[in-house]
Amino acid sequence: MSELNSALEHPIYNYKVVRQFAVMTVVWGIVGMLVGVLIAAQLAWPALNFDLPWLHFGRLRPLHTNAVIFAFGGSALFATSYYIVQRTCQARLISDKLAAITFWGWQLVIVAAAITLPLGLTSGKEYAELEWPIDILITVVWVLYAIVFFGTIAKRKTDHIYVANWFLGAFIIAVAVLHIINSLVIPVSMTKSYSIYAGTVDAMVQWWYGHNAVGFFLTAGFLGMMYYFVPKQAERPVYSYRLSIVHFWALVAVYIWAGPHHLHYTALPDWAQSLGMVMSIILLAPSWGGMINGMMTLSGAWHKLRTDPILRFLVVSLSFYGMSTFEGPMMSIRTVNALSHYTDWTIGHVHSGALGWVAMISIGSLYHLFPILFGKERMYSTDLINTHFWMSTIGTVLYIASMWVNGILQGLMWRAYNQDGTLTYSFVESVSASYPGYVVRVIGGGIFFAGMLIMAYNVYMTSRKGVASQPAPAAASAA
Amino acid sequence: MDINDLRGLSTLFLMIAFIGLCFWAYSSKRKKTFDEAALLPFADEELNQRTVQEEERNV
Repeated sequence: MSELNSALEHPIYNYKVVRQFAVMTVVWGIVGMLVGVLIAAQLAWPALNFDLPWLHFGRLRPLHTNAVIFAFGGSALFATSYYIVQRTCQARLISDKLAAITFWGWQLVIVAAAITLPLGLTSGKEYAELEWPIDILITVVWVLYAIVFFGTIAKRKTDHIYVANWFLGAFIIAVAVLHIINSLVIPVSMTKSYSIYAGTVDAMVQWWYGHNAVGFFLTAGFLGMMYYFVPKQAERPVYSYRLSIVHFWALVAVYIWAGPHHLHYTALPDWAQSLGMVMSIILLAPSWGGMINGMMTLSGAWHKLRTDPILRFLVVSLSFYGMSTFEGPMMSIRTVNALSHYTDWTIGHVHSGALGWVAMISIGSLYHLFPILFGKERMYSTDLINTHFWMSTIGTVLYIASMWVNGILQGLMWRAYNQDGTLTYSFVESVSASYPGYVVRVIGGGIFFAGMLIMAYNVYMTSRKGVASQPAPAAASAA
Repeated sequence: MDINDLRGLSTLFLMIAFIGLCFWAYSSKRKKTFDEAALLPFADEELNQRTVQEEERNV
């Protein structure tokens, strides 16, 4: 009886929904990255589309982006946000039912995307390709998500709202606003709709959405992860809590303006392009403020990197974050953009963020989470985490380096003139010059993907009842 | 004085807001609160332990 009373006084957390989302993160990561490897191979060897419309690059590319961003990244964010909000508020999720609905609803969205995109049903907006019935489903799930998250914060047992929750909260609110405004359409049938915006305005709304999908979905949400799991894994509080507050407000205030840098040298008015460029450059400050705050959390504990591959995942993800948030502002400068835009440099930049930052911080956080969720001391094999870490790092480096080479090569070939003003190279010459880079990218992406398979095996073995973890390397060497 | 003056001034307002935020965050009055807040990730180990135990019992 006394046990029941204390259970009522001290609510015990809901780990079921966290576990479901965490497992699906690994599953969708494998699916999304496999599609990525396939389309990367198609660019090197075009015959790999097998002349089937469903396997065409144009249809699979949005499937890849949706799967890795919203299925893999989204599930990682749901899992970690539900976990962080409970643990830092010391309160159970406000409703198990609503949380379960967000899980199944989100999986339904993903399955709907996996069916409609290969069929060629798309609204044609980048990262917002899904047609209007799915958009409505996303909106419903997202509103329920917000209710569960903020409801849990409202009933918290702690005075203060921990900084990770601020980032996660901003991510949830901003994504709701972005998704609804960019998805406003006039439906003409169940599977076809037209944007209510036209021309340049449509482009601006799209890239206001597109860049803030990067800023809030792929950055703010994962920074929330960083502010919880880096201190937790390093076993010391964040370097500067005050800096984290300045970091938060500066980041959310500035990101929202950066979208126009996607529309340099277009019909968008020059002043708007300049605004987007200036705001993108200013963004370097809060981005690096956050990165330094995460890195310096390890000050005095750097030796832990030698023995803890999970911490290595988290810290190297921050280095990639710092790298891509330096590269981004640089690429947003109009004259640099004149060289980089529409080339593979952009794809390389995205992947230094997506593989290096988003995926690696998620993977590190999940390796921290799974043992807790499966009631184990630690992951089944620490050695395999280490192997996965090196595969992820090498895969990412091969990917981004090959795309830098390709991007600069393409940019220079496209702008080369002869004395009489004609172009030096035809477009197809730049395509054929890109071939080696495309092959290296398949290799890099393939290595990263194979690392995910190792993770899946390690997670499966950790989840099994009665299977003991292999001795940790540190413990082994001590013995 | 038209709408564009206001637009220009908004830069100034934002700058003041940012500087104000920095002073607010770094004021020595709040140091103690924030130091405590930074420890929140470590404050609930007991609840986590009991959740894990509870789950084991229910399986």
